[in-house]
Amino acid sequence: MTYLKTGAVAFAAALLMSGSAFAQTRALSYNADFDPTPLAAFQALIADFEAENPDIKVTLNNFDHEGYKTAIRNFLTADSPDLANWYAGNRMAPFVTSGQFQDVSDVWTDNGLGEQLASAKASMTIDGKQWGVPYTYYQWGIYYNKDAYKAAGVEVPTTWDGFIENCAKFQAAGIDCLTTGSKALWPIAGIFDYLNMRTNGYEFHMDLTAGKVAWTDDKVKATFAEWAKVVPFTTENHAAIDWQDAAALLVQGKAANYVMGNFAVATFKEGGMTNDNLGFMVFPEITAGIPRAEEAPTDTIHIPAGAKNVDDAKKFLAFVARADVQTKLNAALGQLPTNKGATVDAADPFISAGFESLSSAYALAQFFDRDAPAEMAKAGMEGFQEFMVKPDRLDAILERLEKARGQIYK
Amino acid sequence: MSSYWKRNQLRIAPWLFLAPGAIMFMVYVIIPVFQSLSLSFYDWDGLGVKTYIGTANYVELMDDDAFYTSLKNNVIWLLLYLLAVPAGLFIAIFLNQTVRGIRIYKSLFFFPFVISQVVVGLMFSWFYAPNFGLFYKLIELVTGNGVAILADERYVTYGIIAAGLWPQIAYVMILYITGLNNIAPDQVEAARLDGAKGLKMLWYVILPQLRPATFIALVVTVIGALRSFDLVSIMTDGGPYGSSRVLSFYMYEKALSEYGFRMGYGAAIAVVLFAIMMVFISGFIWKMWRDETER
Amino acid sequence: MFPRPIEQTRPLTQRLYTIALPIALILWLFPLLGVAVTSVRPASDLAQGNYFGMPSYIAFENYVSVFRDSDLGRYMLNSLKVTIPTVIGAVALSCLTGFALGIYKFRSNLLVFFLFVAGNFVPFQILMVPVRDLTLSLGMYNSWTGLAMFHIAFQTGFCTLFMRNFIKALPFELIEAARVEGVSEIRIFWYVVLPLMKPAIAALSVLIFTFIWNDFFWATVLTTTKETQPITAGLSSLNGQWVAAWHLVSAGSILAALPPVLMFFLMQKHFIAGLTLGAVK
Repeated sequence: MTYLKTGAVAFAAALLMSGSAFAQTRALSYNADFDPTPLAAFQALIADFEAENPDIKVTLNNFDHEGYKTAIRNFLTADSPDLANWYAGNRMAPFVTSGQFQDVSDVWTDNGLGEQLASAKASMTIDGKQWGVPYTYYQWGIYYNKDAYKAAGVEVPTTWDGFIENCAKFQAAGIDCLTTGSKALWPIAGIFDYLNMRTNGYEFHMDLTAGKVAWTDDKVKATFAEWAKVVPFTTENHAAIDWQDAAALLVQGKAANYVMGNFAVATFKEGGMTNDNLGFMVFPEITAGIPRAEEAPTDTIHIPAGAKNVDDAKKFLAFVARADVQTKLNAALGQLPTNKGATVDAADPFISAGFESLSSAYALAQFFDRDAPAEMAKAGMEGFQEFMVKPDRLDAILERLEKARGQIYK
Repeated sequence: MSSYWKRNQLRIAPWLFLAPGAIMFMVYVIIPVFQSLSLSFYDWDGLGVKTYIGTANYVELMDDDAFYTSLKNNVIWLLLYLLAVPAGLFIAIFLNQTVRGIRIYKSLFFFPFVISQVVVGLMFSWFYAPNFGLFYKLIELVTGNGVAILADERYVTYGIIAAGLWPQIAYVMILYITGLNNIAPDQVEAARLDGAKGLKMLWYVILPQLRPATFIALVVTVIGALRSFDLVSIMTDGGPYGSSRVLSFYMYEKALSEYGFRMGYGAAIAVVLFAIMMVFISGFIWKMWRDETER
Repeated sequence: MFPRPIEQTRPLTQRLYTIALPIALILWLFPLLGVAVTSVRPASDLAQGNYFGMPSYIAFENYVSVFRDSDLGRYMLNSLKVTIPTVIGAVALSCLTGFALGIYKFRSNLLVFFLFVAGNFVPFQILMVPVRDLTLSLGMYNSWTGLAMFHIAFQTGFCTLFMRNFIKALPFELIEAARVEGVSEIRIFWYVVLPLMKPAIAALSVLIFTFIWNDFFWATVLTTTKETQPITAGLSSLNGQWVAAWHLVSAGSILAALPPVLMFFLMQKHFIAGLTLGAVK
């Protein structure tokens, strides 16, 4: 009789336990806007995370890149996920100040991220607290077509003056010295950032984007004066084409140089370029003696204030910050890990050059549309585009930007 | 209860029938107009707190270059869009014959109106594209130098208007085809006997009879011109550097796009656009009221 | 008959006209023809720069690729999910409101009527922020229900104008006769008037289908993800993905335009009747 009873109790207990084990699968919802390659990389990362944490299931909701930028405003207020992608610096500030992102400083301290992610920490910190975890960044610089250089008979320049001298020779050979696609505006902001940092220095650039310096300042005019030197040698209809169209020009050898981020290498290679004819150089020096700062836009993951499963979300963040995870992820992304303990593929010349460039850089900017507040960024980039099409309107453009500065940075 | 209903149903019934539609309309259309009006006096980013700032948005608007560019473009849209009316009339007259297959021709000419403006915008973007767009090639052939219409601040608005005119002319054409079908043939015959022909016939006999069609054509064309959001958004996103902006698009940029969430400021722009359209809407309503009370 | 019937003119004019017609049509539909040809142009042609020669072969696989490799099918399904309820809702509501405004004489009749008409002409932007907030607070944001609700409400303006004018033109004696018989108002609506409204309902349904299928602005404002976005907003974001892939953009555009076009060709009479009501006294 007791056997039966014990058996029954054991059986019931087993049922109960299996029932509760079943109920243990917790869910994490994650909203992001990955292009196809990063999407595959992250699906692999999620699989790894789920393998290490079999009781957690992560559901990734992927948006289209441009639509996500509007969508995030909506899903943070209504129906928020547990994790969301976004960017560092000024770009995350509106969500931080309105309380839509959660403070994750504990994830940083608990996992020693202040040490491991030192270079990116400043851009994740507001009011002394950290509001997300950066998982990747990438370098910007000048990509060039070595065949185009040979065709015009020029050498890779070491200074800006050398670069401009080369431009005349490119023009003689019927090649655009510089190409870009300004239809979506942001590509030319990269040109401005570098010109400004090389002409006036990192601190001045940060002051300008923070609204502490007037746009009509002589130093800003000096930057545009340098820009004016290369405008006549830039692709003509850049305002009507996207960055991918301009990439095609570089691939076909119709253009020689392209100020771009490392994500473009995949597009160049798809078009047929190889390590033999695709080159990378850091933006050349303009004003002698200014320490070399670089652009390194950082992608991040945050926990929205309305997240339901905060504990597991923090586990995910800690996972993503790990050196080994970042090594694997960034190998697939073709970008640079923010964890200095991670490793990069020594055989990839662009990644290695980027890692070199960023590790030895004096400071890292986040890109104009992340360093400057959104409205100023839009006004600024429109001004840049107008300048490139109509350089003689510089004074009017700078006055307009100065007026915008007065209204935006209150 | 039922006898109350039986006695009063003629008075109550209309309100019963009106209720569902009217309530929806109030909630989604009438009340929001007033809400936007009120919102234009606040500063709100859609996330945080609404702060009352009085007329500050309007003051800022007066000093806003982009606002004046949008206004200027809206005027250009309005004036050029009116070309759709005579163009539609011309095509309607051209097609007003009873040859074989004319019905198919009429349907095919009407085609562009049935397509979404997004698709029209994409088609014309392809048409204007630098280096391989047919229109670009045409200009290159004629002048030796291609012009990227959508990248040139001088031509971009005209390029977009051309895209918009395509479906609009089709719409006006159908209005006039129907109108022409209902012209009193005896008047035409009588005039013909009197020796009227061509333009004289058109002006003195035909056009007066087409007045209702012309009225509707004007209404839809004006409304269409001021509503031009879709094409601007899909073809240029307001560019280059904001030179193709129109008020409907600028409002959206300020209130909801990636680069700005100033709902109060956006509402102020919407109020200005609304005020402009109210001028025309009032005109139309007044004319309709006169027609109604004449019946 | 204006202009002079072509049969009465010289044979030369007649010949010129018969030649002019197809030429005019081709010129008129030129952008459409260009896009149609591009949609079946193989990607290899575009990569090599063959933009408007003859396509090396008819690449129907572009259409297959568009369905298989992108969410175009999903977007079209979403469009259906929004459009059909809107057509049903808007037409149903406007039958009621049109009946009320067309049959009954009461003091505020014209005022209410003009409110519907004026409301239909307002620029969308004046409604944008409040409607978005309302949809968010009703929990219908980013769903076909939110979008359909707005469209039903807004289109009721245009549809009421249409229905009311149509009903006003019906012979009032039928109503009077029914009232004399003691038939209740509701039954008059259902059994007397509604059957007579069938052509108007058909016309309006076709028109509203087209308007809603082609709407872009509200699709962008009230929906954000590929699970819910209709084809117009979907095409816009696909355009962002398919940079320089004009063959795909063209194929997608043609597919997006197809349903209203089919609807138009199948129900032309109704379509035109809907648009031109009021164009004739």
